Amino acid sequence: MKYWRKPLDQDKVKPVHGRIHLLPERCKGCGFCVKFCPRDVLEESERVNKKGYHLIDAVREDECVACGLCEAICPDFAISVTTEDEMESTSV
Amino acid sequence: MSRHGLLEGEYFMNGDVASAEGAICAGCRFFAGYPITPATEVAERMAERLPEVGGTFIQMEDEIASMAAILGGSWGGAKSMTSTSGPGFSLMMENLGLGAMTETPCVVVNVQRAGPSTGLPTLTAQGDMMQARWGSHGLYGIIALAPSSPQEMFELTIKAFNLSEKYRTPVLIMTDESVGHMSEKVVIPPSNQIEVFDRRKPTVPVSEYLPFKPDADLVPPMGNAGEGYRYHVTGLTHDERGYPDMTAEAQEKLVRRLIDKIELNKDDIIELEEDEIDGADVVVCSYGISARVALLAVKAAREEGIKVGMLRLITAWPFPNNRIKELAGKIKAFVVPELNAGQMALEVERCAGGAAETVLVGHMGGNVHDPQVILKAIRKASK
Amino acid sequence: MNGNHEEVNIEGLLRADRIPHIWCPGCGLGSVLRSFLSALIKSELPLDKVAVVSGIGCTGRTAGYVKLDSFHTTHGRAIPFATGLKLANPELKVIVFSGDGDLSSIGGNHLIHAARRNMDMTIICVNNFTYGMTGGQAAPTTPLNARTSTTPYGNYEIPFNIPYLIAAAGAVYVSRWTAMHVRRLEKSIIEAIHKKGFSFVEAIAPCPTQYGRKNRQATGLTQMNYYRDNSIINHGADPRDVGIELNGPINVGKFVDIDRATFSDLQADILDKAFPPESKPQTETTRT
Repeated sequence: MKYWRKPLDQDKVKPVHGRIHLLPERCKGCGFCVKFCPRDVLEESERVNKKGYHLIDAVREDECVACGLCEAICPDFAISVTTEDEMESTSV
Repeated sequence: MSRHGLLEGEYFMNGDVASAEGAICAGCRFFAGYPITPATEVAERMAERLPEVGGTFIQMEDEIASMAAILGGSWGGAKSMTSTSGPGFSLMMENLGLGAMTETPCVVVNVQRAGPSTGLPTLTAQGDMMQARWGSHGLYGIIALAPSSPQEMFELTIKAFNLSEKYRTPVLIMTDESVGHMSEKVVIPPSNQIEVFDRRKPTVPVSEYLPFKPDADLVPPMGNAGEGYRYHVTGLTHDERGYPDMTAEAQEKLVRRLIDKIELNKDDIIELEEDEIDGADVVVCSYGISARVALLAVKAAREEGIKVGMLRLITAWPFPNNRIKELAGKIKAFVVPELNAGQMALEVERCAGGAAETVLVGHMGGNVHDPQVILKAIRKASK
Repeated sequence: MNGNHEEVNIEGLLRADRIPHIWCPGCGLGSVLRSFLSALIKSELPLDKVAVVSGIGCTGRTAGYVKLDSFHTTHGRAIPFATGLKLANPELKVIVFSGDGDLSSIGGNHLIHAARRNMDMTIICVNNFTYGMTGGQAAPTTPLNARTSTTPYGNYEIPFNIPYLIAAAGAVYVSRWTAMHVRRLEKSIIEAIHKKGFSFVEAIAPCPTQYGRKNRQATGLTQMNYYRDNSIINHGADPRDVGIELNGPINVGKFVDIDRATFSDLQADILDKAFPPESKPQTETTRT
């Protein structure tokens, strides 16, 4: 997406980068996080957990802006998102 | 009336009203009910009286809701009660089981009328005695009291609350239309002379509290909702934390305890009234209105020289197995008048174990026994 | 909001020792539960005074995962249990979290009467259009023509439009979102929690195992995609117009937000008249 003009404070604002943390034993591979991530950060992986569910990988973690949607929509309480700076949960 | 809205002194009131007054004296502050003959007067009295003592009355949409609501009320910290009769009692059975499973103190008054189904709504019977014991599915212990007079409706309602709080269990008051609608003198002592037992609270720190971990008497202390325990309460088979545990082991441990906490504390729970039992050939064993009617027959039999004793079940459940067994070895027969086709008589017969004969004087309800019929049974049994 | 707000995160509100939960892959219940917990934290209610009551069924298991005073009651009876809890201790914020079958079928009578009384409680009704735990039978919410294990040729019963039912019965707040609308659902639950009186949030959720598979939406993801593509945000819609048809649009949004005296308000009004202050010494102020 291109802005037609440059925000005045662009040099001061640091875009937030997020990191995705998965609790693999909780994941049931429903794919909600992969599908609904607005930045297309996640992909289903070949890795499986003990119960045989396919886990997810944050293949484009650089794109993550820590919006927390994956964490919010995960029905299995398996994902948490932290920002790069503060290693704490971005959303409660 | 005292400063706190509690009655004291002598009153002329019916059994239903006396039960409501007993509840108030015992500290009942939440009542949920649904109109049904012949128990409605309990609810009406509570509707009038609870606001006077700072309690809450609600008329629910049915008896299922009433029973569910008093369980909620009890967990909310209020001593809670409902009242009903046969059809409503049937509707309460599922949640009565929830009360047993979750060990929720509460009191249910059943003013029995003749059934099955709608039966004789305004007329007396004692047909729900086995339902009281076994009415909800599965296994559990239960306490049921059987008042014979308005005075006892008052006193036993207090006792019912005390037992329910002490043993964390629903307690049933199994009275009948005759007692519920009979008006007599009821003496209400000053509140400071009434013994009231409140649920045992946890003594451990909040973080260590296990809501279903029993003390030595097999009863777990009970914290109320909103006190910070953040416990889970479920009708599923559960462990001491209250967490569901779907195993035979958990079932054995929990349900065995639910039964044992009543069975092993029988001596504390059971109350009997005995009269001229020593040396008797025949013992009349009865309860509720039938026990009062039987007294006439007992007196008449004694005048005829028959050695007859009277054993009145004030506590119907748990059943006084030991006392019946003990007497069975000493007497010829038990005569059991009751307004049904033989319910408590089966228990008497079971405990007598053939050592003494058990004679049921059954009556399908609608009115009380003719004392002459009981007298004839006593005469026959004494031979 | 109040001085009792505690620092707590979602994990702290979960009975983490019971997770993973029993719900199937692709089931939406976990997403709705998470929205609820998040809403609860943001509502800043004193959490010791929050009680969650559930009935029976998949949704009924919610109470067991919430680290609050929580009650898993009998089928359909969460609302009357919650009524007793609330009346015995009015300090409690009582939230009923249960399913469509539990609340609107076996518990239907209690649902309408609690709404009629405007009993002060919040209901979160997760609607997956079926009885999941027992194997996918028809519910009063199952759309006409939908297949379930008890409607193998298609459902020939007209379903309830729950928002219409509950609005007509007297609820003061009625909204509907889906498990896909996690943020909006959360916001709506916060509103419902703060609403005085009987507030009701319907959360449409996937049940791929029992409902989706029988109705050409074999995975939770297919159902969630369906919600994304077919939901119409329609705030203020007349509840009578928000019924759900098989393969039809799903109207979501806040349908009702009105003010009406609650059971306890009216009880206090009447009793204050019956017991004017000078007669108050008779009244105990504390429950025993």
